[in-house]
Amino acid sequence: MSTTDQPKKMTFRDAVREGIRDAMKKDACVFLMGEDVAHYGGCFAVSRGLLEEFGEERIRDTPLAESAFVGAGIGAALGGMRPIVEIMTCNFSLLALDQIMNTAASLLHMSGGQFNVPIVIRMATGGGKQLAAQHSHSLEGWYGHIPGIKVLTPATLEDGYGMLATALDDPDPVLIFENQTLYVMEGELPANPGPVDISSAKVRREGADVTILTYGASLPKSITATAKLEEEGIHAEVVDLRVLRPLDDATIMRSVAKTHRVLIVDEGWRSGGISAEINARIMEQAFYELDRPVQRVCAAEVPIPYAKHLEHAALPQVESIIAAVQNLVSSHHG
Amino acid sequence: MSTPLPDHDQARRLLWQMVRIRRFEEKCVEMYSAQKIRGFMHLYIGEEAVATGVIDQLLPEDAIVATYREHGQALVRGVSANSIMAEMYGKVEGCARGRGGSMHLFDAKTRFCGGNAIVGGGLPLAIGLALADKMQNRKAVTVCFFGEGAVAEGEFHETLNLAGLWQLPVLFVCENNLYAMGTALRYTESKMEIASKGDGYGVANAVVDGMDVLAVNEAARKAIATTREGKPFLLECRTYRFRAHSMFDAEIYRSRDEVAEWKKRDPITMFFDAMKAAKVLSDSDLEAIETEVAKEVDESVAFAEAGTWEPVSDLTRFVYSEVTAS
Repeated sequence: MSTTDQPKKMTFRDAVREGIRDAMKKDACVFLMGEDVAHYGGCFAVSRGLLEEFGEERIRDTPLAESAFVGAGIGAALGGMRPIVEIMTCNFSLLALDQIMNTAASLLHMSGGQFNVPIVIRMATGGGKQLAAQHSHSLEGWYGHIPGIKVLTPATLEDGYGMLATALDDPDPVLIFENQTLYVMEGELPANPGPVDISSAKVRREGADVTILTYGASLPKSITATAKLEEEGIHAEVVDLRVLRPLDDATIMRSVAKTHRVLIVDEGWRSGGISAEINARIMEQAFYELDRPVQRVCAAEVPIPYAKHLEHAALPQVESIIAAVQNLVSSHHG
Repeated sequence: MSTPLPDHDQARRLLWQMVRIRRFEEKCVEMYSAQKIRGFMHLYIGEEAVATGVIDQLLPEDAIVATYREHGQALVRGVSANSIMAEMYGKVEGCARGRGGSMHLFDAKTRFCGGNAIVGGGLPLAIGLALADKMQNRKAVTVCFFGEGAVAEGEFHETLNLAGLWQLPVLFVCENNLYAMGTALRYTESKMEIASKGDGYGVANAVVDGMDVLAVNEAARKAIATTREGKPFLLECRTYRFRAHSMFDAEIYRSRDEVAEWKKRDPITMFFDAMKAAKVLSDSDLEAIETEVAKEVDESVAFAEAGTWEPVSDLTRFVYSEVTAS
């Protein structure tokens, strides 16, 4: 499979793979490394087939040593390569947090502008597959706390494909969080797909009554919710944040000024999460535009449990999004 | 000393570098006491033979990754004393524009990739630099300095495994000064022979007397010959820190007798005495070196004093690159 001048049906997983493949074809300095990326074909089958196409040097299996191979990626980036480092899930990225934060994010500033780190780190995030507490968390908001890195959360095929190229062109560290439930999402990759910006939020659905600010796996859930809400005569606008650092304040505030009611949907935990940051920015920049207090649907404050009904209850769902919007637009102050 | 005698130029160069580190750091202490330098400052005094002996063998294209105790490595590598002193003053003329301080000296020109203050944190970076060199068919070598304390970190083991597995051109230099901050090796390692830990990862290794600059120099020459062919090497240098761990250390964990005993093996006096006995160097060489170095050190202080403060309006510069991605 390769990208063509025709729109093409594929999964999100295929789109990410195409993005990697096209980046590798374009630049010999690009290589992929991580656990099981080569001979296994990637834990989520994202890199399947790439070993055969590009060989062991550029599709590089690593030992289970997150700190060392992420650090090696940072060093390789300093040495002129363009590494794509895959961490199986963001839960394991904590084993490499020292390298990500104390080295990748700090090096440019700490060196007075001398050593920039053009590394791209991809990782799966999110729950919903009954994988329990050590494989289901959403840590992208957490990473959004760190100056020196950029945090991307693609939720469309176009972004799954195109964010990587832009990230690889970026002179600084970029983290890409791919929600693991999105890999099977089917859609159409537009003809002649290309790089997409990694600086803006996008309005995915226009509406005048209420704004839903969301990203990742909560984006399709929010879009589904809007169809039901539409039947009730509620026109919800859905903003796909796309980038959690830096946040696109302008697009957020524009939508707030249009609808005057805001729901933030975030698969991360509520306390101290990215939803709290967005809420604070709305208070700072658009307080007088609001007709109602900002509401949030976030993950319950528990380590994500295994049992299906408990996990379901722990994560934002179409029903909880609908209920929150109904409450926001009702004539009663809720 | 068992290693062959150096010629006059080499001997003078090695002595000069060691004296530079010693006198520069003595001046740092003075400036610290005068509150010109603040924060953490870790002195290399006593360990000069290691950085001097190893870095003397490097080529301009080689890279260095060091720790927070890196004034010596930076000086020997050719980062100017002026820019190091200015950095410690926090001035914009410093080698990291005052953003790093004593623990984070950087210099892209000489591929001096820092000053890392996370113990073990530099090791993964070093294999990455080596991987980039290997993938781009460059003959460069990366030297990674770390203390024996780092050997207890997972990064040491993860990194040596990868270096052995991928056959990367890295020279790991373990500066074994016997104390991880204030905790003796015997309280932290189940097996205290550090070099031999390389065996478990297929990394060739050797132990050398880190107080003997000629021995270090010769061991580094051999190790780097291996490394330049694309094989990692672990060189354990047994050395000793004469001063406290940092400026905030009451040194209750080691005896004065022990320190005094090690000071009898001062790398500078031991080397000079041997060279003088062998008639390779004379008193006048040492006097000339001392004069030269005193001038360089005084100038570095004058340079730092005359330096300027980066405007606070520049505070958030260098968080992201200023060049626009194309």
